[in-house]
Amino acid sequence: MEKKIVLEAKSIYKSFHDPVKIDVLKDVSFNLKRGEYVSIIGRSGSGKSTLLYILSTMDTDFTGELLIDGIGVHGKTEKQLAAIRNEKIGFVFQFHYLLNEFTAIKNVMLPAFKLNKLSEEELENNAYGFLKDLGIEKLAKKMAYQLSGGEKQRVAIARAMINDPLIIMCDEPTGNLDSKNADIVFNIFKELTEAYDKTLLVVTHDLEFAEKTSRIIELHDGKVIRE
Amino acid sequence: MNIKHLTEIAIALMRARLKQTLVAAIGVTFSIALFVTLLGFMEGLNKLLDGIVLNRTPHIRLYNDIQPSKIQPIDLSKAFVGYHHFISSVKPVNNRKEIYNAQQIINKLKSDKRIVGVAPKITAQVFYNLGNIDLNGIINGVEVEQEAKLFAFGDYVTEGNYKELQTISNTIILGKGVAEIINAKIGDIIIVTSTEGEQFSLKVIGFFQSGMLEIDKVQSFASLKTTQKILGVNSNYISDIQIKLKDLKMAPEMAMAYEKLFKIDAEDIQTANAQFETGSGVRSIISYAVGVTLLIVSGFGIYNILNMLIYEKMDTIAILKATGFDGNDVKKIFISISLSIGIAGAIGGVIIGFLMSLAIDAIPFSAPSLPAVNTYPIDYGLQYYLVAIIFAMVTTFLAGWLPAKKASKVDPVIIIRGK
Repeated sequence: MEKKIVLEAKSIYKSFHDPVKIDVLKDVSFNLKRGEYVSIIGRSGSGKSTLLYILSTMDTDFTGELLIDGIGVHGKTEKQLAAIRNEKIGFVFQFHYLLNEFTAIKNVMLPAFKLNKLSEEELENNAYGFLKDLGIEKLAKKMAYQLSGGEKQRVAIARAMINDPLIIMCDEPTGNLDSKNADIVFNIFKELTEAYDKTLLVVTHDLEFAEKTSRIIELHDGKVIRE
Repeated sequence: MNIKHLTEIAIALMRARLKQTLVAAIGVTFSIALFVTLLGFMEGLNKLLDGIVLNRTPHIRLYNDIQPSKIQPIDLSKAFVGYHHFISSVKPVNNRKEIYNAQQIINKLKSDKRIVGVAPKITAQVFYNLGNIDLNGIINGVEVEQEAKLFAFGDYVTEGNYKELQTISNTIILGKGVAEIINAKIGDIIIVTSTEGEQFSLKVIGFFQSGMLEIDKVQSFASLKTTQKILGVNSNYISDIQIKLKDLKMAPEMAMAYEKLFKIDAEDIQTANAQFETGSGVRSIISYAVGVTLLIVSGFGIYNILNMLIYEKMDTIAILKATGFDGNDVKKIFISISLSIGIAGAIGGVIIGFLMSLAIDAIPFSAPSLPAVNTYPIDYGLQYYLVAIIFAMVTTFLAGWLPAKKASKVDPVIIIRGK
């Protein structure tokens, strides 16, 4: 059975105009199917992060077409885009980006508060389940700033999972971690694609990491040179 | 997104910056407290000062004015209808100051539901005899009970029991100034001479102090009967009818109506004391202006602190937005921070303001002209507290609005990539 396409990019162009016009992305087209484990690689300055933020709907200043779960993002209001991000996309960033004011488990639950579909007890239960899957359930009640780098990254992964998104996007998720922790993160991701049937899109310059994923998209000077 | 979780986030952000938040709330508390105290004090003072005059002034006074007739004989001539006459130095005829059918008018007035009470009055020009010297004076003949009930007569009788005026005949309550000049003590007999030349002995049973020296130097009080005796008139003679209304504002309108109904002159309090209203108005405006300024200043404090909070919490805002919170949610979070500072500050301010008012109310304050007042006057009107709270809400909302709008516009990409 052909897997469903969850994200479709059609000839995306993006340029910065300040101070001179620089084309960052030129005619980038590809699509992601459900359950795929994809990495985007390229040298720094190749536009891979820019692409990720466009795909994440946070950056709307581009030409071309982007469909997420069959819905075009052009012409949507900021509110509608936020709702799409909330429901369909999970994020893991290079610098963990947990909210220091909250405990680990509250951090995990935060996007779900916005979605507001489950009761707080159910959410807490789910969040605890994710933390347990990631082996950090003991840290649930700790404040975010008390955690180590690898722990934070795992909490962030749990947070990305909480709303049961279609796609999880990661920007250099291992950039800040040692190889042992990077391996752990890689394996968690792999499991997510296999056990939960999530689509994973990882931007990385860690070639070793990328080689292990099932599909590599390589960018060079804003163009897709390998797919 | 429900309110519970928004407030949870707002509280976490406030906790992260507890000190600044407290400072902002204290700023609001301080200004609200001063606002309430200032207005309560100012209005208390206003009421006191107005009371000196307004409490003792009838809302409407009925009397026969000494005026030339408005219709001169020439106006009645058919030959000059529509003409204007230039007769100068028209003199009034010697009509009586007595009000005709005074008792009937009083009865009629007493049945009027808009009226609190009616008090008849007579004034008699007299001389207080002090050896060879005669001092000019006025004796007010009053119905003591009504006078006390309607115009707080009792408050201004500083010594002696004013009720004796009614029960003992030929008694007088002397103005404090008069008493000092003629060196009279309670129980003394003084001699007064009427304008007709007759002498009367009156027993001093008390002293009266109005707060206005000029009045106290001239005026004294006696019962209606005693005054009628001095004037040598019968017991139906009444020259003034004083009316106290339920609603002061009705006075001008009702005065006009009575003028027509009883064919008599009527003067309303607004015409007689126009300057007092103006004075209170200006004082109120000044105290409101000061209070509002204080609130605006504390509003700027909140604005500053929220701005700082937003700069510090850019990461938090970015991550909230990246995970699907929209600009509106972020705005709500920051406005709710601002409003909770406002609410906490307002509640504290109102309480402290009330306590400060109590403290001022306990400070002794005695002025010789204000015998009924022992401490500084405070008006505990609920309206000042309500105005203060509403103003606090509005200023803190506005102070939160701009930073919140800025926070809602934060571009998460710039923050996240900038790291």
